[in-house]
Amino acid sequence: MNGITIENLNVWFGDYEDRVDAVKGASFSVPKGGSFGLVGESGSGKSTILRAIMGLFDTWSGKIEVLGETLTHKRDREFYRKVQMVFQDPYASLHPRQSVDQVLSETLSLHGFKDIDARISKLLEDVGLGPAFRFRYPHQLSGGQRQRVAIARALAPEPEILLLDEPTSALDVSVQAEILNLLSDLRAERKLTYLMVSHDLAVVGHLCHDIAVMQLGKIVEVLSIEDMRALQTREDYTRTLLQASMGYELRG
Amino acid sequence: MTKLLDVENLWVKFPTRNGIFDAVRGVSFTLGQERLGIVGESGSGKSMTGRAILRLIRKPGIVTADKMELDGQDLLAMSEKEMRKVRGQRISMIMQDPKFSLNPVMRVGQQIAEAYMLHTNTSKAQAKQKALEMLDAVAIRDPERVYNMFPHEVSGGMGQRIMIAMMLIPDPEIMIADEPTSALDVSVQIQVLEIMDKLVRERGMGLIFISHDLNLVSSFCDRVLIMYAGRVVETLQADKLHDAKHPYTRGLLNSLPRIDNPVERLEVLERDPAWRDEASISGAI
Ligand SMILES: Nc1ncnc2c1ncn2[C@@H]1O[C@H](COP(=O)(O)OP(=O)(O)OP(=O)(O)O)[C@@H](O)[C@H]1O
Ligand SMILES: Nc1ncnc2c1ncn2[C@@H]1O[C@H](COP(=O)(O)OP(=O)(O)OP(=O)(O)O)[C@@H](O)[C@H]1O
Ligand SMILES: [Mg+2]
Ligand SMILES: [Mg+2]
Repeated sequence: MNGITIENLNVWFGDYEDRVDAVKGASFSVPKGGSFGLVGESGSGKSTILRAIMGLFDTWSGKIEVLGETLTHKRDREFYRKVQMVFQDPYASLHPRQSVDQVLSETLSLHGFKDIDARISKLLEDVGLGPAFRFRYPHQLSGGQRQRVAIARALAPEPEILLLDEPTSALDVSVQAEILNLLSDLRAERKLTYLMVSHDLAVVGHLCHDIAVMQLGKIVEVLSIEDMRALQTREDYTRTLLQASMGYELRG
Repeated sequence: MTKLLDVENLWVKFPTRNGIFDAVRGVSFTLGQERLGIVGESGSGKSMTGRAILRLIRKPGIVTADKMELDGQDLLAMSEKEMRKVRGQRISMIMQDPKFSLNPVMRVGQQIAEAYMLHTNTSKAQAKQKALEMLDAVAIRDPERVYNMFPHEVSGGMGQRIMIAMMLIPDPEIMIADEPTSALDVSVQIQVLEIMDKLVRERGMGLIFISHDLNLVSSFCDRVLIMYAGRVVETLQADKLHDAKHPYTRGLLNSLPRIDNPVERLEVLERDPAWRDEASISGAI
């Protein structure tokens, strides 16, 4: 069974002359327990694909299948236990008047967990935040600390699928290494499925088996990480993107 | 080199329920017409250092310094009115959360145009033209369309570029860029960096560039300050970053994933409690 199957997905916003076709005919699949990366140009529709899976808007057509179930435009609570997302913009995704403790306990009780107190401590420890952060509010946290709260919240309901939108872009590379190791461990232990967006090809290469390269709302190419490393591409855009990233990576 | 900014012994403190928390602990540095990188731990006080310079630390936070001067003028002694002028015209800051810093109910193009009108004395039409040019300069593909969008409708990387466009408008003496390119793909990133680079080279702007991207800082900046737990633990010439000596900086370099050299598990840093107590190193030249 696949974790995620996307077939001919179209997403648009606005109507008539204001209409934006953010995603055009995207297709790819992620096996259950697999890890798939979306990379490509800024504004090419990567976040939009994740948000469509989460059911954050209705203006899409095509097929989205998650854990064998074809999704309609409605999502129930069970869906949000199984599928969680870490948003690109952690500030916007955390409520300004909710403390870290409130955010996590609300999510945990919503999904019927009982040992909330112990779970919060464990979640904070997992993302490298000490107990001192538990009663802080978002504005009392640094950018990377907020991002880690967002990751802890997504892990809280023990989801089977994680949609990760630039999960480590606000973290220093040592914390990034800890989070990436945590994500690898969780995937090995619980057979989690990851769909991750990142512009950092080294990060994608570390965590993912396959990637889709996007430009202007379309998937231009799907390729394996081995092919990515070896610059084995079919499309010019992919090659340009990879070369720019690697050349620039090796420059230092 | 002209000293644009001179900071000595800067502290930022927050009273919390567990006593005073020192977010920045005695940081000193100068900034000339150069690209000064700041890298460091998450939560080490990079953003608070930038905000303190602009006196944007929210209450009940407290800022103290032995010296905080812009071109020899004491920033700590300025009135709030004078500070507003400094923020609007002389020092620009690109915030880490771009969308959060934009007005959510105003079209992004209009926000850029208004910033331009505040700064110059131009007509609405000219300001709009200028805003479109700025969007184009930061590699926005379809400036006309994006001009009319609201902040929640733009992608992460578009939001960063809109913030950058806005902060370029006053032609500032100093720009503090807090992870300005973390959501950009490499080709767009290069275009945006070129704009900043040009301002440093041609206009003599001073740039403080806060980033987690070690390779980028190493190739783009002139000098780097490494921060840990509110202090500067090491300063280096940027192109010598890979020869860093401090165990924290070494640890950072070792925890980078690499495209050309995949590993099963990434190295993680063992933090030595003694690092917190080391004296802050001066980043002044
Ligand atoms: N609510 C919305 N209304 C109108 N347009 C939107 C909306 N949300 C997204 N878009 C547009 O859809 C396109 C794709 O956006 P998306 O956020 O998916 O890009 P992205 O690939 O994630 O880019 P980045 O790497 O910069 O985050 C953009 O042109 C964006 O402006
Ligand atoms: N209002 C506040 N009350 C208490 N502590 C605060 C407050 N605001 C910030 N802090 C703390 O100050 C420290 C420095 O924060 P700062 O935002 O400067 O970190 P940073 O170096 O920019 O980190 P990042 O790379 O994660 O953005 C953090 O540990 C943060 O939790
Ligand atoms: Mg995005
Ligand atoms: Mg910060």
